[in-house]
Amino acid sequence: MTSTISLHNLVKKFGNTGKEVTAVDDLNLEVEEGTITGLLGPNGAGKTTTIQMILDLITPTSGTIKIFGLDMKHHREEILNKVNFSSPYVSLPSNLKVWENLYTFARLYGVADIKDKVNELADFFAIRDLLPRMTATLSTGQLTRVNLTKALLNDPKLLLLDEPTSSLDPDIADRTRKLLLKINKERGITMLYTSHNMEEIEELCDRVIFINKGKLRDQGTSSELISKYGRKDLNEVFLAIARDEI
Amino acid sequence: MKFYRIKALIIRQLYLYPRSFPRLMDVFFWPVLELLVWGFLSVYLEKLNLNSVNIASILLGALIFWELLNRSQNAVTIAFLEDVWEKNLLNIFVTPVKLVEFVTSTVFLGLVRIITQGVILGFIAWLLYQFNVFQFGLYTIPFIISLLLFGWILGIFVVAIILRYGTTAQVLAFGIIFLVQPFSAVFYPVSALPTVLQYVAYILPSTYVFEGMRTIIATGTLPLMPMVISFALNVVYLVLVMWFFYAMFRVVKKKGLLLKLDQ
Ligand SMILES: Nc1ncnc2c1ncn2[C@@H]1O[C@H](COP(=O)(O)OP(=O)(O)OP(=O)(O)O)[C@@H](O)[C@H]1O
Ligand SMILES: [Mg+2]
Repeated sequence: MTSTISLHNLVKKFGNTGKEVTAVDDLNLEVEEGTITGLLGPNGAGKTTTIQMILDLITPTSGTIKIFGLDMKHHREEILNKVNFSSPYVSLPSNLKVWENLYTFARLYGVADIKDKVNELADFFAIRDLLPRMTATLSTGQLTRVNLTKALLNDPKLLLLDEPTSSLDPDIADRTRKLLLKINKERGITMLYTSHNMEEIEELCDRVIFINKGKLRDQGTSSELISKYGRKDLNEVFLAIARDEI
Repeated sequence: MKFYRIKALIIRQLYLYPRSFPRLMDVFFWPVLELLVWGFLSVYLEKLNLNSVNIASILLGALIFWELLNRSQNAVTIAFLEDVWEKNLLNIFVTPVKLVEFVTSTVFLGLVRIITQGVILGFIAWLLYQFNVFQFGLYTIPFIISLLLFGWILGIFVVAIILRYGTTAQVLAFGIIFLVQPFSAVFYPVSALPTVLQYVAYILPSTYVFEGMRTIIATGTLPLMPMVISFALNVVYLVLVMWFFYAMFRVVKKKGLLLKLDQ
């Protein structure tokens, strides 16, 4: 198996020397091609910071990041053309219509047949009727699906999802997970996924990586970790790791 | 640089105009109002017949060129702020868009806005006050280009500051131009300034345009040197401001502010 993401001795310190916060502390991890990997940890563990470093939105203090075996410095355009990102904390412009937003991002990625691509994905996420609406008028669940549509416009090989289901009702969250599983299976898209919902992680992720205070705590499949620590479910494992019990 | 990405960023902004009244006001209404006020003032001054100098021409010329500089800076800054207000910066920068493409798109948008405004203001000034922008002949073109350039430079500077210091620095977006105004000798000659401030005036590319404009009205000719200096200054500042912008962006990525800026 080849690694889609590999992080090597990754460190991120914020703030000035003396009173600095170490958000990511010597992190080494691999995300294998075609898998859905859960990046777990309590609030402030360093998940978002890690994802933003992978996307080249935050510069690491030290360490290396390889995506598709390439480094961002020399292959930024090549990498970002095949990566996408979605999170409820980053919205699409609310003052544009849904199709205008999608067309814009399709153009930014140099998609060849924009109309076909948008329609295909709109059908997939059942948002065809939302295309002429103003983005501002969408509900959170609708917005999530539009965001995911945006995230697939460039046929990414790697999708980074930061708490994509955090503000969804159980029904829409469930549908979203099914859609994510479907695109993972059908399109072989590698995903790095963060969530605080352990049930969802068990359902969705092939592997999970636990971090706390920026450090890697453990990794493996959900069932491996559950049996390794003799807990009832992944939630219990999470609590134990978050409370430094294991 | 990829042209299709610049185009994408431009089209996106153009979607906004037809449906946004405040945006259209910003492009058309305020500049026209301002022109009317100053236009009628100059007509009045003309009537007073203070002396032989063509006051109306001086004021109207100054005003139109000033608006050009002001609007050019504003357009760049506003185009960028749209993304900040809409929390869209992160989405933009996870695409392969390069900084220089991003800047180019805002500058181009500024250009489109300016050309539209310039045509309208020029037309109204001619219609109401028989003021011909092209009375300065071919000099009008270097005047316009120099002011546009300086406007972009100021605009990019403000954008870099907002990136770095967040939306609280927005006041700068609308204020910086008024820091430049007193020193640019817009409505009065440089000689009216105290000596110390005259030095400040001469490091601004815009000063040479406004001085030049008055020279033409007074003498009918324009020495070449001031315009050369104006352009040379612009080139120096453009290099500096791009360097500054990249430096600020590096700081922003180091401090992880791209996400915070949106909030
Ligand atoms: N731009 C920043 N400047 C300073 N400190 C930051 C910045 N971004 C994050 N941090 C700090 O780094 C640490 C990790 O934050 P991060 O957002 O990566 O956590 P997280 O795992 O995503 O948490 P959550 O589950 O709450 O989303 C926290 O202590 C946070 O306060
Ligand atoms: Mg987070």
